[in-house]
Amino acid sequence: MKRFAIVLGLAVMLPLAAAAECASVSAGDLTVTGAWSRATIGTARPAVFYVEIRNDGETGDRLTGIDTPVAAMPMLHRTVVKDGVASMPHAEAIDIPAGETVSLAPGGYHGMLMELTAPLAEGETFPVVLRFERAGSVEIDAPVLSIRAQGAECDAAG
Amino acid sequence: MRRRGLILGAAGLAGAFGFMMGLGAWRGGDPPPPRGGEGARDGERMDLSRMAWELTDDHGTRVAPRDWLGQASMVFFGFTWCPDVCPTTLMDISGWLDDLGPDADRIRVSLITVDPKRDSPQVLGEYLSNFDPRIRGLTGSPEDIAKAAAGFAVKYERVPRDDGDYTMNHTSGVYVFRPSGALSSIIDFHEDRQFAVPKIRRAIE
Repeated sequence: MKRFAIVLGLAVMLPLAAAAECASVSAGDLTVTGAWSRATIGTARPAVFYVEIRNDGETGDRLTGIDTPVAAMPMLHRTVVKDGVASMPHAEAIDIPAGETVSLAPGGYHGMLMELTAPLAEGETFPVVLRFERAGSVEIDAPVLSIRAQGAECDAAG
Repeated sequence: MRRRGLILGAAGLAGAFGFMMGLGAWRGGDPPPPRGGEGARDGERMDLSRMAWELTDDHGTRVAPRDWLGQASMVFFGFTWCPDVCPTTLMDISGWLDDLGPDADRIRVSLITVDPKRDSPQVLGEYLSNFDPRIRGLTGSPEDIAKAAAGFAVKYERVPRDDGDYTMNHTSGVYVFRPSGALSSIIDFHEDRQFAVPKIRRAIE
């Protein structure tokens, strides 16, 4: 009976924990978590993709590209402000050094989702495949947050 | 293929040259100076009262710099097709306005688009309706925008993309003016609110 109560307790707790913590996917030494995007107005404007990548290994890796069914032309970009002028050059690859966490976050690296196949509506999620040089392909679901969102609305996994 | 690359390169150069001739405001490597701007003599502070542009806001109202005198104002350049810098700046500004509390009513906030081809008054209004309602959007003809950018000594540049579409590079700072029209400060992109909000307060008070 006591055991039953514990099992029941766990069953109630687990969904709560899942709601508070971001989805997290691991491949080799890499952990990908905290994925999110902003809602779009229609499909003409590019959408954005943010995520956190942690490398627990002793060898560096590189994010070389992303793919998603919601955009015909997804690319890695970086917002650079030089002499006060913001530009958004294409990033050929993003280094994920050993032992470090690299964030694709507002004002820095981001996935630029061009040629959207459908508008991104708040509350939906869509899959994104991240291609790494060593760890291979990692797929994560990105929740679509408000156009006003400034960060993931969950706790990045440990 | 190689020849095509060369032709494209040449077209790009010609386009860039034409753009610079048309804009006439692109200045080499300097950070956006707190002094200067159109009509300013060397060393003079930038001042709204010396600017001569005229634009249309997202309600369709014509706006000139003299309309802003008598109240502090905050101006930044951007475009609504930008997925990273502009939502970030708009949300930063919304946060600053919240921090200012009732004093936020004493400052006018305007986004001037550097992409008038896509950002019509209607498009600006639709986009900005997702953010703080106190932020107005201004647009005009390419010549109007060039004139406004020159007034603020702001740089912008159209950057073609491989798929035929384009994006814009632009000065990302937020210009804060006193009620007199004199430039009070420039807030850098993504500057922490602990620095930004006092700068705005100085312009209001």
